Amino acid sequence: MDLNFTPEEHAFRDEVRSFLDGNLPAEISRKVHGGRRMTRDDFVRWQKILHARGWGASSWPVSHGGTGWSPVQQHIFDEECADAGAPMQLPFGLKMVAPVIMAFGNPAQQAHFLPRIVDGTDWWCQGYSEPGSGSDLASLKTRAVREGDHYVVNGQKTWNTLGQYADWIFCLVRTSTEGRQQEGISFLLIDMKTPGITVRPIIMMDGEHEINEVWFEDVRVPVENRVGEENKGWTYAKFLLGHERTGIAGVGRSKRELKKLKAIARRESSAGRPLIEDPRFRDRIAQVEMELMALEITNLRVISAEGEKKRAPGPEASILKIKGSEIQQMLTELQMQALGHYALPYLHESLDPAWSGDPAMPSYEDDAGPLSGHYFNVRKTTIYGGSNEIQKNIISQMILGL
Amino acid sequence: MNFDYTEEQTALQDTLRRFFARDYGFEHRRAMSRSADGFDRAAWATFAEFGILALPFPEGFGGLDGSAVDSMLVMEMLGRGLALEPYLPTVVLCGGLIRDAGSAAQKEALLPAIAGGELMLAFAHNEAGGRYALNHVATKATPAGNGWKLDGIKAVVLAAPSAGKFIVSAREGLGLSLFLVDAKAPGLSLRSYPTQDGARAADIRLSGVEIGAEALIGPAGGTLPLIERAVDYANAALCAEAVGIMAALNEVTLEYLKTRKQFGTPIGKFQALQHRMADMVIATEQARSMATLAAVRADSPDSAERSRCIAAAKAYVLQSARLVGQQAVQLHGGMGVTDELNVGHYFKRLTMIGLTFGDVDYHLGRFSDSLLAA
Repeated sequence: MDLNFTPEEHAFRDEVRSFLDGNLPAEISRKVHGGRRMTRDDFVRWQKILHARGWGASSWPVSHGGTGWSPVQQHIFDEECADAGAPMQLPFGLKMVAPVIMAFGNPAQQAHFLPRIVDGTDWWCQGYSEPGSGSDLASLKTRAVREGDHYVVNGQKTWNTLGQYADWIFCLVRTSTEGRQQEGISFLLIDMKTPGITVRPIIMMDGEHEINEVWFEDVRVPVENRVGEENKGWTYAKFLLGHERTGIAGVGRSKRELKKLKAIARRESSAGRPLIEDPRFRDRIAQVEMELMALEITNLRVISAEGEKKRAPGPEASILKIKGSEIQQMLTELQMQALGHYALPYLHESLDPAWSGDPAMPSYEDDAGPLSGHYFNVRKTTIYGGSNEIQKNIISQMILGL
Repeated sequence: MNFDYTEEQTALQDTLRRFFARDYGFEHRRAMSRSADGFDRAAWATFAEFGILALPFPEGFGGLDGSAVDSMLVMEMLGRGLALEPYLPTVVLCGGLIRDAGSAAQKEALLPAIAGGELMLAFAHNEAGGRYALNHVATKATPAGNGWKLDGIKAVVLAAPSAGKFIVSAREGLGLSLFLVDAKAPGLSLRSYPTQDGARAADIRLSGVEIGAEALIGPAGGTLPLIERAVDYANAALCAEAVGIMAALNEVTLEYLKTRKQFGTPIGKFQALQHRMADMVIATEQARSMATLAAVRADSPDSAERSRCIAAAKAYVLQSARLVGQQAVQLHGGMGVTDELNVGHYFKRLTMIGLTFGDVDYHLGRFSDSLLAA
């Protein structure tokens, strides 16, 4: 039992930190710390910087162009990136479609798609949920009908994140209505420029365009863009959902947001004293910090077991997802609450990178900006990726055998 | 980074697990709890054989030089076994104080006797009206001859009826000192009673109890930091005990959900109950993480960091324990509130841990106040 990192891991942390010091563009980290709107270019630029260093894919094996890092190294990398204010590397290419292509794709697919993910050429998005198929994903109805060496795809996907920027979408489609519904699903890679695809924004309650619905009307997809076997897509989808564990807890990002919460609570005042001196508010910070301390250790327990390959990826990911998402929500709620009256204004321009506070509004004197939007935004975290209720079903059924 | 126990630690864990399964079943425990001592002296002798009574002491004094992580492992197993024996007062608290602050002569006289199972001790520190504040001591030490005279009343001293000696805290002027007092000392009297969790405790009245200079443990008038450290250590141990109980409660509750049938189906098929069970498992895993943090930090030389982490751990573990304990009773339905099942007994012990050396509010407050320093 030893909670210390090894000297090699400390040296690795120093190496990551000094790389971030020298290479993370200040205008990007300022946006991340200030919770500003990120552009497509910000994400791509950062991916290319990481790729130039050989760090484009921290979770991939070396054979596919990844770093080959241990889970502990990946954790250290994530933590340092979050602390420095690096943009999150979006998971859709790196952590979702890529492991499926590695495990089930053919050599031609691997040779074509994987390098373009790691070097930032292709932006991927996800085509899973449908209006009638949320938690019950296997009921999906988007049809792919074989015509010669193409599938013709018709249907509608929703809750698609940042698809307005995407070059490619990976989709679960129905190729058979025979037998169990799980047995008629295939996994297709679709070029977003294919005729018949329409992306329509869904504006979320924070007023932002992060999410879309994607319509498919007679979209012709070459059969060679199917991953694995026809009608086996559900197996690949489940593999994908169970694969991503390192980072699912979001410990690094939550530590950064906790720091920010404390900074706000020191700056804001309550009855002439710093808000953090109000024991009622301070106890609420303490409560979320305790939750985060526990999650950090739980995450490290999972990571270290994974590093030693003692356990296959499994349902403990559900615990990390549930607690991680709850903590993110608690943090944004307290940040909002800390602002008091000045949580109310809705200043669309405050998310612009150039916005530097409003002299008439004392609470926004530094980079923080109005924070209520983040609170409204992260209500999604307990819903997406398998809602927390679905996660509890997974724990009940897969860990506990109920 | 490594969250595994060593082979030696795993072997000890297995030994204890086997002992409780074979020789310390629920009915046996119930009988021991109702006996005059309120615990099993044969079990105590077995603990001595296992070496756990010597665990945290230096090798030079018959000990095994165990770490706080070793103690965590033992406490978790004692929790699972719902042990009544006074391990925490004797070995963790008093043994720890003697190890950290005792003179060579005191260590020589006491530690091997504890390790061998011949001597039990109790920590007579808390007093009425002070709740959990460690500096709330009104018991007076008045210089007398070459030693002192002690006067005061100590409240709810755990395992006092079985103790051969007490470590008593008392005030001389502004300073707080610790004294070793024989249980048979003239002027010392006990009002003994069982506790809610089936163990024993007593209020102790000290009326002009005379002690010699050799009774002093640690520096005269400067022992508050030692007491704080010992109680931190005890709280880390209680976290581990609570985690052991929670794990056991989850096992029996899960078994009940799979076997108890209503509406023609095992009640574990109902989603409302499944999610409650999932919440209990999550709370236990998170509590285990915090208990681990507490054990690792208990040995930290940085006392502020040690106290901060252990306060956070105790508050968090107690919150988890409340959820797991209450829901284990609830999911067992009417059977959960009987004396017949072990569930109620586990629940009572968990609840009492929540009131021993600081409750949730006390520890949350300590941790919260540490945010001002950061």
